[in-house]
Amino acid sequence: MSNSPDQKSNEENAPLTRRTFILAGAGVAAGACYAAAMGYPVYRYLADPSERAQSAVAVKEVFLKDADKLPVGTAMMFKFGVKPALLIRHAENEWTALTAVCTHLACTVQYDQNKKHIFCACHGGVYDAKTGANVSGPPPKPLAKFQVAPAQGGLTISLT
Amino acid sequence: MNTLFQNAFKTAYNWVDERLNIGDAIAFAGKKTVPEHKHSFWYYWGGISMFFFIVQCLTGVLLMIYYRPGAEAYESVRQITNEIKFGWLIRSVHSWSANLMVLAIFIHMFSVFFMKAYRAPREFGWWSGVALLVLTTIFGFSGYLLPMDELAYFATKVGLGIPGSMPGASVLVDLVRGGAEVGDATIQRFFTLHVVVLPALFVPLLGFHLWLVQKHGNAIPPSEELTPVSERRSIPFFPNFFAKDLAVWLIALNVLAVLAALFPWDLGKQADSLSPAPVGIHPEWYFMSSFQILKLFGRWFPGTLGEVLGILVFNLGLVLWMLVPLYDRESPSGVKARRVTYFGLAVLAITLITTFWGYWEV
Repeated sequence: MSNSPDQKSNEENAPLTRRTFILAGAGVAAGACYAAAMGYPVYRYLADPSERAQSAVAVKEVFLKDADKLPVGTAMMFKFGVKPALLIRHAENEWTALTAVCTHLACTVQYDQNKKHIFCACHGGVYDAKTGANVSGPPPKPLAKFQVAPAQGGLTISLT
Repeated sequence: MNTLFQNAFKTAYNWVDERLNIGDAIAFAGKKTVPEHKHSFWYYWGGISMFFFIVQCLTGVLLMIYYRPGAEAYESVRQITNEIKFGWLIRSVHSWSANLMVLAIFIHMFSVFFMKAYRAPREFGWWSGVALLVLTTIFGFSGYLLPMDELAYFATKVGLGIPGSMPGASVLVDLVRGGAEVGDATIQRFFTLHVVVLPALFVPLLGFHLWLVQKHGNAIPPSEELTPVSERRSIPFFPNFFAKDLAVWLIALNVLAVLAALFPWDLGKQADSLSPAPVGIHPEWYFMSSFQILKLFGRWFPGTLGEVLGILVFNLGLVLWMLVPLYDRESPSGVKARRVTYFGLAVLAITLITTFWGYWEV
């Protein structure tokens, strides 16, 4: 690389010469490579459980053994994938299955047998026990409903 | 644009400097010098040891995220090794770095010994260093059990059996073991020792050790002391030696990465208290020398006598080694202390010979 005398003196006066710029750039690039080479395995290592949970979320249907023996007017909790869900038996052949995760701040909701509604103890959110619609309190959205179908020896719960 | 950035930086720097006096620290680090001579190479080994210790802290925290001490110990290490993404790598780095740390400390210790860097006023540096080595071996011993595979199980049984054979020590050993047999209680204890007790002792002691290096500076070997002061060369600690230190750390990092990735650390079969010890079982290489010395004494003096004598001689050697700054009366006057050098060479030779002998007999 040939520099005219003018350019050279210019470079000397400038706070940043081409040489230091290239050296600093190479240093930063090498540092970034090392950071990535160490950071990527550490990230994947730490993220492993949440990656596994995501594949469990892909569940489309669960079978609940003996759920058809649930007494009328009561409810039970079950797991749909990794999330808690709620099965309510309103009458002999009337069922509701809903996700039990409150749409406000993700607390687990419960069925109130006396008042016949679903409520969340954290911030007092109330949902309709048959439709899952948010009735009062802070919840912004209704609870998602599942389909309930009688099956041999239990109930099949599936995504709608 | 450039000046705007510079002004912003200067303002921020001044704001911090007014409160923390960084300028003083930088000026101090710039005044501090490191001697440069043909033996300067050995100055890096303390720093290399510390680098591996830092790696141990970071990978140890990562392993603790999935490790479960107690009855599930083996299963959790199996999951880390075989199921959790890059778990094998984190574990391999932790195991390799532990071994490299012990190796670096040994090199550091022998170079300090032969450069006579333990001489006044640096006695406490020597003593704290030997204490750090002892703690490091306890780190190694306690960490070795945690996966609870066959080798870990029998190594711990044998390791605790050695002091257990000393009259009166069995009560203490039962306390360390948490019962008469190595089991879940032992793992829980060793885990507590490994991740809480030992770091709580090691870190302040390391701080003291480093503070002494700051206070007294790097020692120069007797051969360099013959050079007139005006002809001795030195380089500033900051940034010159610091930059070299970083370069050496980078080499250490690369060596560690290659070893850990190409030779991943194995996990043996799950320990079973009913199955016999596997053939060819032996302690970790850094315990091999002391293990072989004890074995030899047991051979020369059959029965408890051999074991007791072996332990006594070994501990006497360790005490002599620690007290070298007190009885090395020749080095301080600048005369080369031949006898002490020969003692060091003998210790080095015995360590190496018994180590290889131990492997030969396995």
